[in-house]
Amino acid sequence: MVGIVAFGAYIPMTRLPLSLINGRPAADGGPEKAVAFYDEDSVTMAVAAACDCLGSEERSTIDAVMFASTSYALREKQGAVVIAKALDLRGDVETADFGGSLRAGTDALKAAVRAVASGATGRVLVVASDCRMGAPRGALERNLGDAAVAFLVGSEGVVAVLEDSAAVANEMQDLWRTDADDFTHSWEERFVVQEGYVPSMTRAATALLEKSGNGIQDYDRVALYGHDARSHATVVRGLGVVETQVQPTYFGRLGNCGAAFAPLLLCAALEQASAGERILLVGYGDGAEAFSFSVVGDSAAARLGVGGHLERRRPLRSYDSFLRARGLDKKEWQAGTGPGLAATIRLRERDADIGLIGAVCEACGQVHFPRSRVCVKCHVRDRWQPYRLSDKTGQVLAYTFDYFFPTPEPPAIMTVADVDGARVHIQLSDVAPDQVQLDMPVRFTFRKIHEAGGKANYFWKAVPV
Amino acid sequence: MRDKTAIVGVGCCKFGENWGQSREDMMVEAAYQAYEDAGIDNPQKQIEAVFCGVVYPNFSTGEVADALRFYDRPISHVQNYCATGTDAFRFGAFGVAAGVYDTVLVLGYDKPKDRGVSGPSVAFDRVRGLPATPAGWFSLCAARYFDTFGADRSDLAKIAVKNHHNGTLAPNSMLKREITVDDVLNARMISWPFGLYDCAAQSDGAAAAIITRADKAKDFRDDFVLVKAVAIALGENPQTDPDFDFLRWKPTEYAARQAYEMAGISKPFDEIDVAQVHDCFTLTELLTYEDLGFIEKGAAREHIASGTFELDGELPVNTDGGLKTFGHPTGATGVRMIYENVLQLRGQAGPRQVKGATTALSHNIGGAPQACGITILGTP
Repeated sequence: MVGIVAFGAYIPMTRLPLSLINGRPAADGGPEKAVAFYDEDSVTMAVAAACDCLGSEERSTIDAVMFASTSYALREKQGAVVIAKALDLRGDVETADFGGSLRAGTDALKAAVRAVASGATGRVLVVASDCRMGAPRGALERNLGDAAVAFLVGSEGVVAVLEDSAAVANEMQDLWRTDADDFTHSWEERFVVQEGYVPSMTRAATALLEKSGNGIQDYDRVALYGHDARSHATVVRGLGVVETQVQPTYFGRLGNCGAAFAPLLLCAALEQASAGERILLVGYGDGAEAFSFSVVGDSAAARLGVGGHLERRRPLRSYDSFLRARGLDKKEWQAGTGPGLAATIRLRERDADIGLIGAVCEACGQVHFPRSRVCVKCHVRDRWQPYRLSDKTGQVLAYTFDYFFPTPEPPAIMTVADVDGARVHIQLSDVAPDQVQLDMPVRFTFRKIHEAGGKANYFWKAVPV
Repeated sequence: MRDKTAIVGVGCCKFGENWGQSREDMMVEAAYQAYEDAGIDNPQKQIEAVFCGVVYPNFSTGEVADALRFYDRPISHVQNYCATGTDAFRFGAFGVAAGVYDTVLVLGYDKPKDRGVSGPSVAFDRVRGLPATPAGWFSLCAARYFDTFGADRSDLAKIAVKNHHNGTLAPNSMLKREITVDDVLNARMISWPFGLYDCAAQSDGAAAAIITRADKAKDFRDDFVLVKAVAIALGENPQTDPDFDFLRWKPTEYAARQAYEMAGISKPFDEIDVAQVHDCFTLTELLTYEDLGFIEKGAAREHIASGTFELDGELPVNTDGGLKTFGHPTGATGVRMIYENVLQLRGQAGPRQVKGATTALSHNIGGAPQACGITILGTP
């Protein structure tokens, strides 16, 4: 039996209250969207979702990583391989990127299930992550949000089985973005909904029902990609889905998170589902594809998931903060001219920088970060084993609030954390300065540290447990 | 090492944002002041070697040779974080003590104000360790120290107020303005707990010292000053040291042990009359009181309150206003402190003179911080 073994999600805790877009103050409980902050992008969110999904799963059992996004920054150089390094996966792990369509997330999930079912590979980590860019104060901006979701697909300990799927291809120009575009373009809204979203979604779902012999009433949960809240309701009505079946779409809380959206709704459904239930999932983009899942087991849920992440909120103070966080403000100096970090140094330090891998001394047991040649404790040379810190918790021993370091909402918080005896000098994030305390426990999250060279340079940050 | 070498001349240019002065201008000014102070009228014949402390060199040693027209002899650059000037002095003193040279020039200089930024530049050559500002490194002991010993920002502020006062009395200082504790507490935050006034200024400057054999010092002047000790010690990186307690800077403790042993000092608080210590940030000066063994660990707060380290206190510290009012042209600072201590030991420090001073200490600490330099000078 092949299917989803584990699942998890990541939603950035930063929220843009939609009223700020038009210069009105944020109201408690008012509509908002989740936004990747200045140190997050589709790759960092993907790693966070993968960590949420994997929990204590043995990393070395993962055979492949599939990464789906429409907002991965580089045209040449893979995202999946960065994610694999950050997760400390095996050196012979297969890696592949999926992109080019809002359907990339469900495409990757389907490909993973088929790959495992064919016997070609064993366990596949699927991560869908999108950081959507609507033009500032434009029509799309209010509707789009950022999030990531991850699934472990395998053949043992399966929680949900993919029973069937049905696709509809629909070549049209509804939403698009070229290389040169910073923001997503959309043709006229009613055209997008009436010729694209509603008929494609409806036809895919209908095709699946016909193919499988199921009626819509056979599904306990119906998770439909939503172009926006209103058109989502149109599809719900058209398919005859009753309210108790509808998987909420989180408009006004999260926003449309692109390639991650349909998979994220599936994740949310699985968080609540119990064995014996059936889930209908329909993803959209250049047509649509419908999937029928049957829930066969209860998940071992230590994860935060969609539900837990939605509860973690940090509303931005101003629209300017949002613009700065997204690099949309004017700057005195053009960023990113020049090659950035030396590729040679980056190669030598990739285990530490991207993997947060330290070393443990075989002679005395002292853990080091970063790895060094001679042990600081017992002075024995070159007797090391790699030691992964990224999945450990640490303790804040020292901190400072740095107002000099450029961040959209100063200060940046710097800390030295003790992790299993190693001392790690690292930024502390996702916490208000007045909540920082000596000896508080922290865990680690993969983040963008800066964009020297015009591309994301990654390291880890500490965040409260 | 003790008493084998002597300082017979010192020089110091005005420290500040010396927009109109080049590195050559400042070097020449400091060196020629030192020649005059030592009664050297023919430096070409009398200076055998030059040891320079500089952290931002443009053309390395060639710029020193060309500025002072010293050829056909050794000139070296020494770099050791903020202890750079002190380490250059160490090389000079050791060269003379070893009998290799009779008379050498030590020259500390730096010109950070040609870089177009008012603070340190944030370096993007790595992804670890950011924010890479000295304020972010030196503040790391604050939370733990405050929590353990009950000190707070107002204790730090009193150090800034003291040094600003002393700076008004020093002709070569950059900042000559009295400030209040409230000024310090209300200034904009740089890196907690350091507000603007907790931080040393940035400035350009140069300072020079002439070292000769102790037995030849009288040929230059009667009130020469003896080198009792000069020590450098590196410590574990406090950001990765698995045993660090965030209550001290270990490099200072290490260098102090060396220096006191060299100078034969067992009770530093009683035996040292005046000290110039590295006040890059107010907390650095506070920790240094303790790390140098002047007072017990944790006792700084009560001594700050009682004025122990003020000009009229039992052990005046940073009598010229320190890095706080001189700024910190990194290579120059250690030599600038030696300049002040020489004036104090010769009784020439004017309104900031510590009466009857016979033993003077100077101290620098820099890097993460990892390197400390200490000199102890004394009257013959």
